[in-house]
Amino acid sequence: MFGQAGPVDACTPFVTLASHLPALQVVVPLMAAPLCVLLRRGRLAWLVALIASLAVFATAIALLGRVQAEGSISYLLGSWAAPWGIEYRVDALNAPLLVLIGAMAALAVPYARVSVAHEIPEQQHYLFWATWLLCLTGLLGVTITGDAFNIFVFLEISSLSTYVLIALGRDRRALVAAYQYLIMGTIGATFIVIGIGLLYLTTGTLNIGDLAARIGDAGQLRAELAALAFLTVGLSLKLALFPLHLWLPNAYAYAPSVAAAFLAATATKVAVYLLLRFGFTVFGSSRVFENLPLGQMLLALALAGVLVASTAAIFQENVKRMFAYSSVAQIGFIMLGVGMATPTGLTGGLVHVFNHALAKGAAFMLLGCVVLRLGPPTLERMAGLGRSMPFTAAGLVIAGLSLIGAPGTVGFVSKWYLVLAALERGWWWLALLILLGSLLSVVYVWRVVETCYFREPKTPAREAPMSMLVCAWVLVAGCVYFGLDSSLTLGAASAAAQSLLEALR
Amino acid sequence: MNLLGNVNYWMAMFLLVMGLYIVIARGNLVKKLIGLGIFQTSVYLIYISPGKIFGGTAPIIAEGFRTYSNPLPHVLILTAIVVGVATLALGLALVVRIHEAYGTIEEDELQLQDIDAP
Amino acid sequence: MTAWLGPAGAIAVPMLGALLIVLLGRWPNAREAATLLTAAALFALVIGLLPEVLAGNQEQIVLLATLPGIALALKVEPLGMLFALVASGLWIVNSIYSIGYMRANLESHQTRFYVCFAIALAATMGVAFAGNLLTLFLFYELLTLSTYPLVTHHGTPEARRAGRVYLGILLGTSIGLLLLAIVWTWAVSGTLDFERGGILSGKVDGALAGVLLALYVFGIGKAALMPVHRWLPAAMVAPTPVSALLHAVAVVKAGVFCVVKVIVYVFGTEFLLHTGSANWLPFVAGITIVLASIIALRADNLKRRLAYSTIGQLSYVVLAAALLAPASIMAAALHIAAHAVSKITLFFAAGAIYTAAHKTHVSQLDGIGRRMPVTMTAFAIGALSMIGVPPTAGFVSKWYLLSGVMATQQFAAAAVIALSTVLNAAYFLPIVYRAFFLAPKPTGHGEHDLGHGHAKDAHEHGEAPWPMVLALSITAALTLLLFFRPGVLLQLARAVAGG
Repeated sequence: MFGQAGPVDACTPFVTLASHLPALQVVVPLMAAPLCVLLRRGRLAWLVALIASLAVFATAIALLGRVQAEGSISYLLGSWAAPWGIEYRVDALNAPLLVLIGAMAALAVPYARVSVAHEIPEQQHYLFWATWLLCLTGLLGVTITGDAFNIFVFLEISSLSTYVLIALGRDRRALVAAYQYLIMGTIGATFIVIGIGLLYLTTGTLNIGDLAARIGDAGQLRAELAALAFLTVGLSLKLALFPLHLWLPNAYAYAPSVAAAFLAATATKVAVYLLLRFGFTVFGSSRVFENLPLGQMLLALALAGVLVASTAAIFQENVKRMFAYSSVAQIGFIMLGVGMATPTGLTGGLVHVFNHALAKGAAFMLLGCVVLRLGPPTLERMAGLGRSMPFTAAGLVIAGLSLIGAPGTVGFVSKWYLVLAALERGWWWLALLILLGSLLSVVYVWRVVETCYFREPKTPAREAPMSMLVCAWVLVAGCVYFGLDSSLTLGAASAAAQSLLEALR
Repeated sequence: MNLLGNVNYWMAMFLLVMGLYIVIARGNLVKKLIGLGIFQTSVYLIYISPGKIFGGTAPIIAEGFRTYSNPLPHVLILTAIVVGVATLALGLALVVRIHEAYGTIEEDELQLQDIDAP
Repeated sequence: MTAWLGPAGAIAVPMLGALLIVLLGRWPNAREAATLLTAAALFALVIGLLPEVLAGNQEQIVLLATLPGIALALKVEPLGMLFALVASGLWIVNSIYSIGYMRANLESHQTRFYVCFAIALAATMGVAFAGNLLTLFLFYELLTLSTYPLVTHHGTPEARRAGRVYLGILLGTSIGLLLLAIVWTWAVSGTLDFERGGILSGKVDGALAGVLLALYVFGIGKAALMPVHRWLPAAMVAPTPVSALLHAVAVVKAGVFCVVKVIVYVFGTEFLLHTGSANWLPFVAGITIVLASIIALRADNLKRRLAYSTIGQLSYVVLAAALLAPASIMAAALHIAAHAVSKITLFFAAGAIYTAAHKTHVSQLDGIGRRMPVTMTAFAIGALSMIGVPPTAGFVSKWYLLSGVMATQQFAAAAVIALSTVLNAAYFLPIVYRAFFLAPKPTGHGEHDLGHGHAKDAHEHGEAPWPMVLALSITAALTLLLFFRPGVLLQLARAVAGG
């Protein structure tokens, strides 16, 4: 079942382990999931999930290190040579994303010990963790695999488990939200698989690298166009690009806090990765872009998403829903960078993938603290939070500043690159609209700030437990650290952007 | 000639559009799932029907045969069918739970019930 | 180690002070002592940097690589030195005053007040010593955010509304206009460092340079050029020490400092003269001066009158910088200091009047000079300085401003200055006259009386508590001192103008 990437030496188990890291990245959480089901006890399941998440994080870091030192890694499952076998390919684009997913998982699991105990009935805990691990498997698999149909399989694994995770929320609206997400998500995934099918019909291969090589000569422009269309629409549904974002606000608002935090940071980002992978790597040498202004179309939709979603966020009473709309807006920012398709623009979009994950992950985790102490996080209930739960409120302020893009936080770095990219293209209006989007964020973030600090607390509440606060504050600290010293994140982002643009003709 | 030659694709598109229409137009949650299933069936046709190569035989290596039909789409679609079944099962489970929580599985009634909640 | 004694230390010291104040929050006396100690330490540190700057050394310290090619960097140069001296020196005085004011008026949340003050000062130091536009922007925003809790200190709905205007205008201009200008500058010139002679020559042509300058000038909302000036009168809901901080020590000074810095070090005076892209700026400044003076004339609320006076005086600095003559650049730098000491005196006096007599409006001030002679004398000195009469600091900067006007022969500017001087006299001198030469009105409980019970009859008050009187005496003395001994300031100003 395991492939071999080099000669096997039984006397050096670590070498063997290291050479199988790409497979282990996916297999570890996959095997841990049924283990959770067998263990049946919530506590033990949590422990298994913790170990698996830490292992995933460590593996991702190891892979990133190798990619930065040696270049892309190619791993063949079952030793079947590509393009007939399934290949796992780790390169400058997906290695950082693997680290991001691993990091978010590693932080979310310790956080969830108290949060899950509070929000989900005891007898369902082990099922929650099993589903969590399946979701993790799916996300990691999508990111690491180099086979198009494998992408679909892992995407559906992650999506199905996501629907379950969301449905486990306390509020009964979580069920409806999960159902809506299921319908829309399945439509999206089916579009994706139609697109992949059309690609297969035109080129005869499913391996990403091979597709990229063959598509230039295939000469079947209509089929390629159709494939691109289906893929783009399907992926836009998954990444909640306006106007296909309707599932997101309810899904994130009513999901359990840890699920919302984890998904907000990872699920849509993986879809962005897929769009980049297909758009640049696979279709890079196709002539389909000559008459198709895909970049402009994405820009328009992204911009609409930023402005509409930010405005919608301003009027929300439920703060989780507010931040969910904010996520749609931030995804719009990411897609602005993608749509501009210049080195600066792509770097901005990619670094915002990371930066938004930090900020939103922190925000949802802190809102989970509020849920723990106060119940559903409406603005009414959160009055006076600065007094009753000072650390939680302070963290929310910093995360909010990051969403605004205040200098000194990660959001500023992304905004800088996006505005710079717009100016480089000479698109004044776009730069101004990006800044307008930031200003709209000021309005809804400040609604939260005013509620927390200017009103008296209605119900007495203690500060959240340390385990939850520490995990959330790690992310908050990350928001500030990577905003002041962005060399790591920008280095990875620009390397990724470069590798994408090289694939274009 | 093209019409008849591409009849498999026409069928697939018909199923696709029909399935999507049912999902959008019907308010009953179970009917939506049925529409989703029909929609997914179109995918199966898109993959499998081109797999049959004209003049090809079953993909088992045997003496005297040079052209074989493509077995790969079948493999892929088996996976897709499994995914579809899992999705349907999950969807139906959600419908059961929604019915327990709300007492109805009609979309408009669900929206009415939730309209006042914060 | 030496780096930490330099500009980085100037930022670190107030931050550490803030931490100390948080820890000592329970013990008011210790907490106040911490504030004073921190302020004194900061001033000592800043003075310590003076010899290096006067000698012409400008070393740059790089802190963090925030963006590729742009680091968080600090650099000490004459204009920043001048600003830092003013800010750190006045912080000490303002702290003394605050102690008196906050205690006398039984204000709540005092720990938060002092902590935010310290952070605001740290941000001010960051603005003063910023080595490039990015660092400047970072600390500029930090200043906005750290002064927000000070402006909304009272927590009333009124304070909240004022806070929204404050934040809305300042963040709106900084994110919408200033950030755009900075990114544009980076995109065309590839650098954000401050260089004498500017970094834009040859990179932007005349018309676009004018637009860029406009983005900067209006983006720096703290300079309160009309029409982005509304935050300043709105912020008057804050306690008087905060108003003093805003108007004299930090916030507006940071605004005009940034404008002068941008004109001198990002665009360069030769570039602006050559391309003529700053020709509109004196007009905008002039209009602001005149309009603000007229509004001040009609304002009865004392703090509102002082607020609009500030808006006008800030535009003096902008006007001076926009004239692009060496003498006027000197005037701009000098007026940052002159206005600071004079305005802070006026605000201290206003706060003293409120604390001792509970009076807030000019029409209530008849005869108050009899009861509060020290306060009103200080007020008179501050007023004279605003008008520009010797022997006050305001005269020195006005002198250089008029020299610059003569040099560039911009007679419209001369007319504006003359008109505004008259208007300044018109709205300040009556206050002094009323205070000393009119008999107090026989008022029991006027509509503006804030009724702190009958414990303190409005007729029978004396001076305000001694820390407040001490503080305003010091600043009034400084106003006079800067006329007689302007040495260091003149040297720094000359260095800025390129002498």
